Amino acid sequence: MSARSIVPFGPQHPVLPEPIHLDLVLEDETVIEAIPSIGFVHRGLEKLVEKKDFQDYVYVAERICGICSFIHGMGYCSAIESTMGIEVPRRAEYLRTIWGEMSRIHSHLLWLGLLADAFGFESLFMQSWKLREKILDMFEMTTGGRVIFSVNQIGGVKRDMDSDTLKLFIKIFDDMKKELTALTKAFLNDYSVNTRLKGVGILTKEKAHELGAVGPMMRSSGIEIDTRKLGYSAYNELDFQVITSPVGDSYARTEVRINEIFQSIEIIRQAAQKIPDTELSLVVKGFPSGEYFMRAEQPRGEAIYYVKGNGTKFLDRVRVRTPTFANLPSMLEVLKGCQLADVPTLILTIDPCISCTER
Amino acid sequence: MTIMNFTKTILKNLFSKPATTKYPFVKKEYPEGTRGKVEIDIDSCIFCGICSRKCPPNVIEVNREKKEWKIDPFGCISCSACVYACPKKCLFMNQEYTAPAPQKTTNTFTKGE
Repeated sequence: MSARSIVPFGPQHPVLPEPIHLDLVLEDETVIEAIPSIGFVHRGLEKLVEKKDFQDYVYVAERICGICSFIHGMGYCSAIESTMGIEVPRRAEYLRTIWGEMSRIHSHLLWLGLLADAFGFESLFMQSWKLREKILDMFEMTTGGRVIFSVNQIGGVKRDMDSDTLKLFIKIFDDMKKELTALTKAFLNDYSVNTRLKGVGILTKEKAHELGAVGPMMRSSGIEIDTRKLGYSAYNELDFQVITSPVGDSYARTEVRINEIFQSIEIIRQAAQKIPDTELSLVVKGFPSGEYFMRAEQPRGEAIYYVKGNGTKFLDRVRVRTPTFANLPSMLEVLKGCQLADVPTLILTIDPCISCTER
Repeated sequence: MTIMNFTKTILKNLFSKPATTKYPFVKKEYPEGTRGKVEIDIDSCIFCGICSRKCPPNVIEVNREKKEWKIDPFGCISCSACVYACPKKCLFMNQEYTAPAPQKTTNTFTKGE
C-alpha cells in the first residue's frame, strides 16, 4: 500500500461553475474517499420568508437558482395554492408545463456543454450552448426574461402564449431537432467522448436506491421514478414514458439526459395541441394556513417544496429540498475508486447546482 | 463508435456566418415583451402608492403631497409587479435595460401643475 495523500478540490476549480469543496484522499492516482464541504454560497433565502409577503416571495423563490428558476417559482406557487385550496386555471397549468419543459431542455443543454468542457471538447461545448441560446431567446419572447422569468404568481401565470407563438415554437423545435441529433451523435458515438464516459463511475441500482439518488442520476441506474408521473400541472393529461438506462455509468447519465431533451420537445408539442382556452389567473383572497409538501421534477431531479402558513401574510416556514443535495451521497459513492483525472467528469455527471443546494 | 463524428458540423461552421452578433456594432433587438426597466407616464399617475407597496425590493417611493415618484433603478429587479398592480396603467416596461453607471442614482419624476 502506498502512502495516502489528500488533494483539495475546489471551491475554485476550472470545471466547477459553482463552489463546492472536496478533500480527495488519494492512493497513488486512485481516489479512496472524498470528503465534501458545502456552504460557500448560502444566502438565507428560506429565512427571508418570515419578512416577505407570501406573494412577494415568489420572486425570491425564483432566485434560488438561475437554471432551475422556473420550476422553483412554480413549485412554490403550487404549494401555496394547495394550502389555500385554489384550483389553478387549466391554461395556466399547461403554460407552466410548457415553460417547465423548456427550462428542462435549456438546463440539459447547459449540462451537455459543461460536460464537453470538462473532458476538453471545446467545440462540442460551444455547439451545445449555441442551441441553448435559442431556448433563452424563446423564453425572452414569452416571459420577458432570459434567466429569471417572473411569470408565476399565486393563482396562475401572468403572461399568455398565443397560438401563433406556440406554432412558431413547434417549428423552432422541429428545426432544432436536426441540429440536436447531430450534436448528440457526437456525445453518444464519438470514440474520444466514449472513452471518457463508458464504464466510468458506475452507480448500481441498489446503491442508487440506498443513497436516495434522484432525477437522471437515479434513472440512469435503472430506477423508474419520475415525479412528473404524479401528474402535477398538466402532466396527467400528457403521454410520456419514463426514460431509464440499466447501466448506471457516466455514459448512461448522458444518454438519459439526451433522451429527456427529445422527450421534453415531444411533451411541449402535445401540450401545445391540447392547451385549453381558459383564463390565466385567479384573484387570490385570504392568506395561506396549514402546510403542504409539493414534489416537482426539476431538470436535476425531484425537488420538494414545503410551506407552512399561519393565516397571516407571512409564512412560518419554507423549505426546499433540492435535487443536488439528494445526489451528493451518490456522487461521493461514484468518486470512490475512480482515477483523479475522472473526478471533474464524475462531479459534473450529477449535474451539480450548488446555489440551489445552499439557498 | 466512430471517429471524426464532428467533421460535418465543423465544416458547416467553417463556411457559415458566425452564430454570435458583433455586439457594439450590431445592436441587439429585444423582443416585445422584454422586461428591461420601469418607466412612468407621470401625467396620468394618481400617486396612490400601490406600486410602492407591491414592489418586492422596495425601491419605489411615492410622495402624494409633493406629487413625486421615485425609483432606484439599480435596486429594481425588473419583475414588473408594479406594472401589473398599477390601477391607472401609467407604469410600463421599457425593453432597454438600465445602463451601467459609475454611481448609483435615483430617478425622480414630478408631476407639473
